[in-house]
Amino acid sequence: MGVGGTGSLLTLGFLAVVAWPMPAEAQAPPEGCVACHLEIGDDRLVTPAKEFQEDIHAAKGFGCTACHGGDPKAAGMEAMDPAKGYIGKPGRQQVVQVCGRCHSDARFMRQYNPALRVDQVVEYRTSGHGRRLLEAGDTKVATCTSCHRAHTIRPPSDPRSSVHPLKVAETCGACHGDAKYMKGYPVPTDQLEKYRRSVHWKMMSVKGDLSAPTCNDCHGNHGAAPPGVSWVGNVCGQCHTVMAESFAKSRHAKVFAQMGSPGCATCHENHEVTEAGDEMLGLGAAAVCTRCHSSEDRGGKTAAAMREQIDTLRAEYDKAHTILQKAEHAGMEVSQAQFELNEAKNALVKARATMHAFTIEAVKREIEPGLQISAKAYERGVRALEELQFRRKGLAVSVVIILALIGGLVFKIRQLERR
Amino acid sequence: MATPDRRQWGVWQWLDERIGLADLAKLARKKEVPVHRHSIWYYLGGMTLFLLMVQVTTGILLLLYYRPSAEEAYESVQFLMAEVQFGWLIRSIHSWAANLMIFTLFVHLFSVWLLKAYRPPRELTWLSGMGLLGLALGFGFTGYLLPWNELAYFATKVGTEITGAVPVVGSFLGRLLRGGDEVTGATLTRFYGIHVAILPALTVFLLGLHLFLVQRHGMSVPPNVEGHQAARRVMPFVPNFLLRDLVGWLSALAILAALAAYYPAELGQKADPFASAPVGIKPEWYFMFMFKTLKYLPASILGIEGEIVGVIGFGLGGLFLLLVPFLDRRTARGEPSHLFTMIGIMVIVYMIVLTYLGYTEVATQ
Amino acid sequence: MTEQVLARDASRRKFINWFLATSAGAFFLSVLYPIARYLIPPQAGESTAASVTLPIKLADVKPNSGQIFKFGNRPAILIRTPAGELRAFSAVCTHLNCTVQYRSDLTHIWCACHNGHFDLNGQNIAGPPPRPLDQYVVNVRGEQIVISKGA
Repeated sequence: MGVGGTGSLLTLGFLAVVAWPMPAEAQAPPEGCVACHLEIGDDRLVTPAKEFQEDIHAAKGFGCTACHGGDPKAAGMEAMDPAKGYIGKPGRQQVVQVCGRCHSDARFMRQYNPALRVDQVVEYRTSGHGRRLLEAGDTKVATCTSCHRAHTIRPPSDPRSSVHPLKVAETCGACHGDAKYMKGYPVPTDQLEKYRRSVHWKMMSVKGDLSAPTCNDCHGNHGAAPPGVSWVGNVCGQCHTVMAESFAKSRHAKVFAQMGSPGCATCHENHEVTEAGDEMLGLGAAAVCTRCHSSEDRGGKTAAAMREQIDTLRAEYDKAHTILQKAEHAGMEVSQAQFELNEAKNALVKARATMHAFTIEAVKREIEPGLQISAKAYERGVRALEELQFRRKGLAVSVVIILALIGGLVFKIRQLERR
Repeated sequence: MATPDRRQWGVWQWLDERIGLADLAKLARKKEVPVHRHSIWYYLGGMTLFLLMVQVTTGILLLLYYRPSAEEAYESVQFLMAEVQFGWLIRSIHSWAANLMIFTLFVHLFSVWLLKAYRPPRELTWLSGMGLLGLALGFGFTGYLLPWNELAYFATKVGTEITGAVPVVGSFLGRLLRGGDEVTGATLTRFYGIHVAILPALTVFLLGLHLFLVQRHGMSVPPNVEGHQAARRVMPFVPNFLLRDLVGWLSALAILAALAAYYPAELGQKADPFASAPVGIKPEWYFMFMFKTLKYLPASILGIEGEIVGVIGFGLGGLFLLLVPFLDRRTARGEPSHLFTMIGIMVIVYMIVLTYLGYTEVATQ
Repeated sequence: MTEQVLARDASRRKFINWFLATSAGAFFLSVLYPIARYLIPPQAGESTAASVTLPIKLADVKPNSGQIFKFGNRPAILIRTPAGELRAFSAVCTHLNCTVQYRSDLTHIWCACHNGHFDLNGQNIAGPPPRPLDQYVVNVRGEQIVISKGA
């Protein structure tokens, strides 16, 4: 961390301390500011006053002066006297200081939201954004209000908030997806587009699973920085623990590190993490292994063998599943077998996870029991269908009896009517 | 016949003295069935009655395991199908016999129509028969929901929604039928009560009337047959006709058993009121022509909502069907009535065509 | 009509009556057989998805252990906490539908497929599961354990 950054912040902070008491007291709206600003007829001045009414800070009892300073009780332009602490629209660097004045003060924040962290400014200073703003004076980078907005700040749990999980990608993408804005920075601008194609976004937007990762889950929020190439695995491993564990023990972990290859993302991409499927493994057309391996080398052979294991279990599972379903549709009782077959599905899921150890043995350990369970379930399906055959035999017997009775009746009728 | 020596039996005599078996036997022996080229249609009423008896028997058996609540209905049927021995058979027969019964009922209705058996003095027989048709459709509609599976749930939802299109009392009727604003567990309990208590009670009454009237008037001979034959051929009901009836019933039973063994009633997924409707929900086949008609109607006819027009149309159609014996004056006077024959044929063709369309068209809507 | 014809007729009628009676008897048996079997209560006891009586005795459930059982068509897990309390949850992991298990070393529920962790209230506490496990109600009647879905 640059000492200069801290220094300039301290300078700003000092100025602020002189200007108005710290931290601001919550004061009761309505304020004098709003009365005039709503009447003024200039959108740039009206909108903030209007928007702020639904801001979380307004709800907690803060007014305009909490950030902008000045004296709301004074009439007209008097209120905006710099002597009364009025600062107008804070500059981009000043914003960090204005927000941090309260948000970095644990004792103060405890009164409003004891669960809220107070290290945002500290984190921000370590971030790519913070370092550029505070050290290089680059005002194009994001500061508090870029993501949280200036007058419509809402907690991330509020679906209308710009930092709600569903909105984060859009919020970050507003700058990072804009090639013109990002010109001059060594960062690609296709992340948003790629992320929108990923399984993570699909989980979040289609399935409504808000725990699926969006930008900040990997990059951090206030400490936003690109994950280092070498430690991307730690980030993914936060959720995908089994794979990460297997991978860490595998030979790939060492080799990738030596090659400077970014772990998980080598095969799965970074922003465009699409749903992983069996086709990624092996030597097929869609397999990622073929980027380095071929059928000639040992790795290629291992990949093909692991794929075959998984395919075998999947086929066996499908076979058992199909026959049980057929039996069920025919009205047979197979729920116990179907219940047990779940375990084979488990084994398949586990095998797909452990294949990240990249050894045939590890995969085999999961596959073997799965195959046994599938075979047993399949056998039960066969037996159920045999029972169905038995039913049909029973039917044949009863039909024969009915036909005999019909025959008897016909004879009886003929005998009766012969006279 | 061997009745004289049977009278010697102690039991027979004992019962005869108390309930007059001899009179009944005399009555049975007196009953005759006319024999002519249309005699085959006489079997359909009896066939429907037999299938009704099958329904009563299997229905009572199903009651032993069924539980009428949204939480348990599906599971109890699943249990019945899976755990109870021959549960699949009983349920499949109940489901298949219901379909066959409605089918024979329709054939019975149209044979009576085309042979003009409704002419005086049999108007009341026709009316009670129409009432029985309505009850049978009610049985079908309420019974369909009882397994509480996905398909039945949504079909019932659509079906009860249509009652909402009835003018003035529609929304009240819908609420009354559903036992609330939505199809819920309350609807299931209500349908169950209707299916196993209210409708059977009404059926006993109407069926008794119907059979009494048939007994009283005897079999109707079609007008075009009546005129031609100078010497009417007849056959005693007991035992000649009854034995033939038995042959038909046994054949029906064999067909039922085969259907049950080869196409057992499926259960599908449990109903989930919060899930979206599955593609291709269909009502029972005997409601299909109405369902399809409502689908074909434009959104608005002469400024009135198409569905309302359709529902009113079917109401008027039902009323017309009910009043056929009174509207058809020519038949009542003993003259040939080609108009009503034509109407009958047109109704049959209409129902067949729309039902066909309902099953062949791709389910996209 | 000669004596012979009459005699043949009589024997013929006798045969038809015998045949009719036999086949009618067989018919009634073939109808009554399935009905009789139907009336016999099945082994499985009663049907319900709403509750299930476990085939496990209370005494056999040790503290700090878990057991998978069948609830309807899906697996569920019965847990006895180290403090001796009984709890039951759906054993279907909310991530990818694997069957979860109890880890006595961690004293909480764990899904082996992707290392999902759930605490003793079924809350997802670590790993990929997005939602908590559904909790069921446990009732003890004498030695029997009865699990039911919440009201």
